[in-house]
Amino acid sequence: MNNKVNAEAVLEDQELIAKFLKETTLFLGPDPEIMQSHDIMPITDHEVECLEKYTDSHQMASIRDRMQSACDESYEMLEQMGAAPGAKWGDVITGIYSASGDLTIGSAGGVLVFSVLVHHPIKFIIKNWINEPTVGVRQGDGFIHNDSRYGNIHNTDQSMIMPIFHEGKLVCWVASTVHEGENGAIEPGGMPSMAESPFDEGLKMSPFRVVENYEIKKDILTFLQNSVREPKLQYEDMKVKLYACMRLEKRINEILSTDGPGAITACLRSTNDNVMTEVRRRITEWPDMTVRTYGTMDGTLRENALIKVNCTLTKKGNRLIFDFTGSSPEISNRAINTALPGAKGMVSQVFLNHIWPDMPRGQACFAPIEFITPPCSVVNASVDAPNSQSLMAIFLSFAVAQQAVAKFLYSVPVKYTRVIAPWYNMISTFIWGGVSQHGEMLGNLCADLNGMGGGARMDMDGEHSLAPIFAAMADIGEQEMNEEDVPFLQLVSKKMTRNTQAPGKYRGGMGYTQIVATKDSDMWGFMTTCVGSKAPSIQGLFGGYACGTYPLCKVEDVDVYDVMLKEPEKFKHSIEETMNEQPYEDAKYTTHHMGLGFSISNRGELYMISQGSGGGYGDPLERDPFLVIKDIEENLITPDWARKLYHVAFDDETLIIDEKATDKLRADYREQRKRQGLPYAEFVKKHVKSEPPKDIPFYGSWNSDMSVVYAGSNDDKRDPQNPGPIYFAHPKDVENVKLEAELESVRKEAGIPPRDNRK
Amino acid sequence: MKVLMTEYLRIDLDAENWECRVCDHVIGSARGNYKEGLLVYNRDPADIHPHVIDPEKYRFTFCPDKDWVNILEFYCPDCGTQVEVEYAMPGHEPLYDMEVDVDALKEQWSHREELTEASVGPNVKTERHQHNH
Ligand SMILES: [Zn+2]
Repeated sequence: MNNKVNAEAVLEDQELIAKFLKETTLFLGPDPEIMQSHDIMPITDHEVECLEKYTDSHQMASIRDRMQSACDESYEMLEQMGAAPGAKWGDVITGIYSASGDLTIGSAGGVLVFSVLVHHPIKFIIKNWINEPTVGVRQGDGFIHNDSRYGNIHNTDQSMIMPIFHEGKLVCWVASTVHEGENGAIEPGGMPSMAESPFDEGLKMSPFRVVENYEIKKDILTFLQNSVREPKLQYEDMKVKLYACMRLEKRINEILSTDGPGAITACLRSTNDNVMTEVRRRITEWPDMTVRTYGTMDGTLRENALIKVNCTLTKKGNRLIFDFTGSSPEISNRAINTALPGAKGMVSQVFLNHIWPDMPRGQACFAPIEFITPPCSVVNASVDAPNSQSLMAIFLSFAVAQQAVAKFLYSVPVKYTRVIAPWYNMISTFIWGGVSQHGEMLGNLCADLNGMGGGARMDMDGEHSLAPIFAAMADIGEQEMNEEDVPFLQLVSKKMTRNTQAPGKYRGGMGYTQIVATKDSDMWGFMTTCVGSKAPSIQGLFGGYACGTYPLCKVEDVDVYDVMLKEPEKFKHSIEETMNEQPYEDAKYTTHHMGLGFSISNRGELYMISQGSGGGYGDPLERDPFLVIKDIEENLITPDWARKLYHVAFDDETLIIDEKATDKLRADYREQRKRQGLPYAEFVKKHVKSEPPKDIPFYGSWNSDMSVVYAGSNDDKRDPQNPGPIYFAHPKDVENVKLEAELESVRKEAGIPPRDNRK
Repeated sequence: MKVLMTEYLRIDLDAENWECRVCDHVIGSARGNYKEGLLVYNRDPADIHPHVIDPEKYRFTFCPDKDWVNILEFYCPDCGTQVEVEYAMPGHEPLYDMEVDVDALKEQWSHREELTEASVGPNVKTERHQHNH
């Protein structure tokens, strides 16, 4: 036999094996090849041809602008017509994708995180459904998707995906994505913190066809409606997303008629290539350096635990590498883990919003940036781990990335934005659900989460309640309008808790307090999903402090609506007064961490939360005394704390600054620092321990040793590359064990025999 | 030439040292961890983040739990400027947060003009009392 025949035979065998395997695949699960990549797809022969043919940069720019305005137009449609609260304030993206599935042009506003993680389901469709005889992809098709293990941020996000054809040939894709909220999970609102496995997370829609010939298939729609708490919302927003896609298709058809399909292909490819070139050029301007930082989640939303998100950021030449090695392993039955795209998406937001806001919204801006994450970690969870509260892991990823990047940016001569301290990073809002005053089943959240405080900047304070970390611009909605639909009132809102801003030369911007109480429903409840009640969730920058911690406060066994009618003077407008003065007799006043599982609230009981502050910037001793007085006048800080933190001398009555005395106070305090500070080596010797604190359940690497990760105790060390499962007991079981032990010892002491001795 | 690395730190490329921008104190080798040349103070979180609600009555008070987090303040030993603050897990070593490739920095700045003030980026604020008609 000659070699050629032999090679052909081998090839034939390989093809046969591949065909056999494909035909006998029993389950198309989430595809790691697709899910682990955020890169632009390799250039195709067709793209090369088009790039050679269409070289007029004016034509390309014109097509790009038309596509951008098509995205912004369809975005506007979603915002105006979408029924979900998320749609109304911009938790939305519409976009145009290359034929290979890369998001190239996305809508400019709203949640920018989407820019790098809505492409995965399209790549799944391309890889699996185009050539699948039982599925196929045709003009007028619409594919739906929400399972975050196949793409998007989390399972609340639903996409409608539509292929665009020209004379039977696929030219590109369009899609619209909305944070719908409700998805039939174990708790209302779509982001259950109680989920202990992916099967508690409600709808699990891998990409499948729900639209044929531009019409929603009613049988499938009915099934989906039966799977969620808000069936009308499900239908309404599927229609809205479909029409947004159809509008995009209409605009692309207009471009097809003027410029033809080849020009569109060239425009999409060249946009991606040009953006990547520019990103690499900008990275090159940064100093070559390694920056290390970490953040901690102080809980799982069910119990307190210290969970580390570790970040080592290295820049070398035109490469920028985020390495999350040393972060906590995934928690097998807690919802705070994220699929990898979520972590990447949130880090991309740092760039798209805070560093290079002039860059087009699309995959290309983040594609050149490299990412290393340990498998089965909180920032790269396996498909078996729940991730419905992935916000916790991704917001910590954002915070560490933002802090690390600031240390690179300071020295760079050409900046596109200010160097900024970390933004406040938790969604302090009420997620709600139950039966409304109109008898309708509802489950969603208050858009107030968008009022997060901004980080302080290198030349000015942070902005109060400006925007959430995941969007450049987002509305907080009209509370009076909301109250027509939901059976609770925000009794206090848009008011700041005093003395809780992050201090610094420039202080962090503050979020606001919300005090809510249920009114016209016997079946209504709230949940909250934040960490940061024991340890702050962000860091400060260059000598500025982080925010403090923020609890959930409750007042039960009271009906404040009654109080307001009979003794209105008793009602207090701040958490501070309500909790310290306890104005309602016989009421129960309690504090909790911010991981409140969904709980039914009675009429007139108070649920009180405060959003946090962005990080502070610079040494507080350098804060302009006039800014300190301004904060006192604005009731952000009390005079005693202003003196303590900023060492300013002023008259209590007139608030007039004594500049000389201030200089003296500050000079004295600098001397005091020199006395109280220990030389580094001495401090390390005295303070640093070789293991985590014994009585705190700690998860992640300790000190600079990345060879092991701790899993809750100092005896439980795991391999970071293969950590294995970590299960938490139900917090009530933990409490029960304690109570039983206590009861047993009390019985013993009192001489009461056990209730039942048998085991 | 000197490169402004943070609000309070710069690197003298010729001497290869970290320096304090407030008092010109030489902190240490630019090839090492600048923190090693600073003073460190383990600050009680309650000094910075007050108990807004009564710690006698409540477990969560707006003040971080000092068993769960330490606030490490780093001071210039010469002028007492607070150069950096690190919120650290109790007992965790302070981070070697900026490990600079000094040779690459030298090469990069050999093509640049020295800056005595950090650039802040474009101004997006419009002037007040501006007449826009
Ligand atoms: Zn100094």
